[in-house]
Amino acid sequence: MVTSSTELAYNSKIEGEVVVSRADAVINWIRSNSMWPMPMGLACCAIELMAVGASRFDIARFGAEVMRFSPRQADVMIVAGTVTYKMASAVRRIYDQMPDPKWVIAMGACASSGGMYRSYAVLQGVDRVIPVDVYVSGCPPRPEALLDALMKLQDKVKRQPSARNLLHSA
Amino acid sequence: MPATADATAALKLRFPQVTDRASLDHPAVNVPPADLIALLDHLRTDGGFDLLTDVTAIDWAEGVSPRFTVVYHLFSTARHDYLRVAAACADNLAPTMPTATGLWPAADWHEREAFDMFGIKFDGHPDLRRILMWDEYPHFPLRKEFPLAGIETPLPDLEIAAETGASLKPAPMMGGPFVASPGEMNLTEAEPRAKDESWTERREKPEA
Repeated sequence: MVTSSTELAYNSKIEGEVVVSRADAVINWIRSNSMWPMPMGLACCAIELMAVGASRFDIARFGAEVMRFSPRQADVMIVAGTVTYKMASAVRRIYDQMPDPKWVIAMGACASSGGMYRSYAVLQGVDRVIPVDVYVSGCPPRPEALLDALMKLQDKVKRQPSARNLLHSA
Repeated sequence: MPATADATAALKLRFPQVTDRASLDHPAVNVPPADLIALLDHLRTDGGFDLLTDVTAIDWAEGVSPRFTVVYHLFSTARHDYLRVAAACADNLAPTMPTATGLWPAADWHEREAFDMFGIKFDGHPDLRRILMWDEYPHFPLRKEFPLAGIETPLPDLEIAAETGASLKPAPMMGGPFVASPGEMNLTEAEPRAKDESWTERREKPEA
């Protein structure tokens, strides 16, 4: 059908209130645009994490402003800060309490690799106890870097075969 | 400063066991552990030192006797002057010291930290548990024989340790940045254990 319409948005009069898409695209669109973070603020990176949530940088633009302090309502754990060995078990337990699907951002040098803390007390990278999807460099990272990490994670989620995973797990 | 110098002289008249301690800043005295609490009590009630700012310890290294010294930093909020009191532990293997928690409640956590880091037992402490490391941690990290990188130890939560396979591993030092460089103060001898820590994330620490 040839149409002269130049509208880019969804128009229910034209589309007849029906949208055709792939299940993957829909599921991933929903998931990636409402990633509720579990703010695992352990050190100074948590201050930058707060800045990301505040109005100047505004993580709400990417649908991730709903910081959930209950892991059972969270989708992405943002490990912001130095993970000591004493804390590592707690981080892992909180990760285990998050419902699938779940993702992890290691924010900053300490969470990614132990950072400058080459010592007996500090876990040398949170990826030793939980799987990490995106690493953010910086000490601490700029808020833009965390937003970039979130967008990277959204890209990753958008590539996932979510429908197949759901059907296989069901 | 001269006022407190007079104070230490008066202190030595009252407590003949007290000796002067070399110090670059504030007046400092040594005292035997047996007289420590009496001295601190006197300083608090009569000397005006109403604030205990710090309790810490020194490990003079293995083979040195006395090996452990506990250091108290007192402050007078009325006169704005400091006094440092040091007491050497009698036992080098199981160091003990009477607690100062009865005099200053602030001593509670300071003594727990000294216990955690040096293994000094404070007799009479109401709740002598580790304050930084977990209770089952077997080492005392600020003792001289303890390497900065750490010693392989299981994680505090054994369930998590079994699930993740992670454990407390010696951190890769790779020459720095906190390794003392040789030069002034003979730091090479002071901290020799960090020197051979050449293992990295990829190359595990060789078995001793």
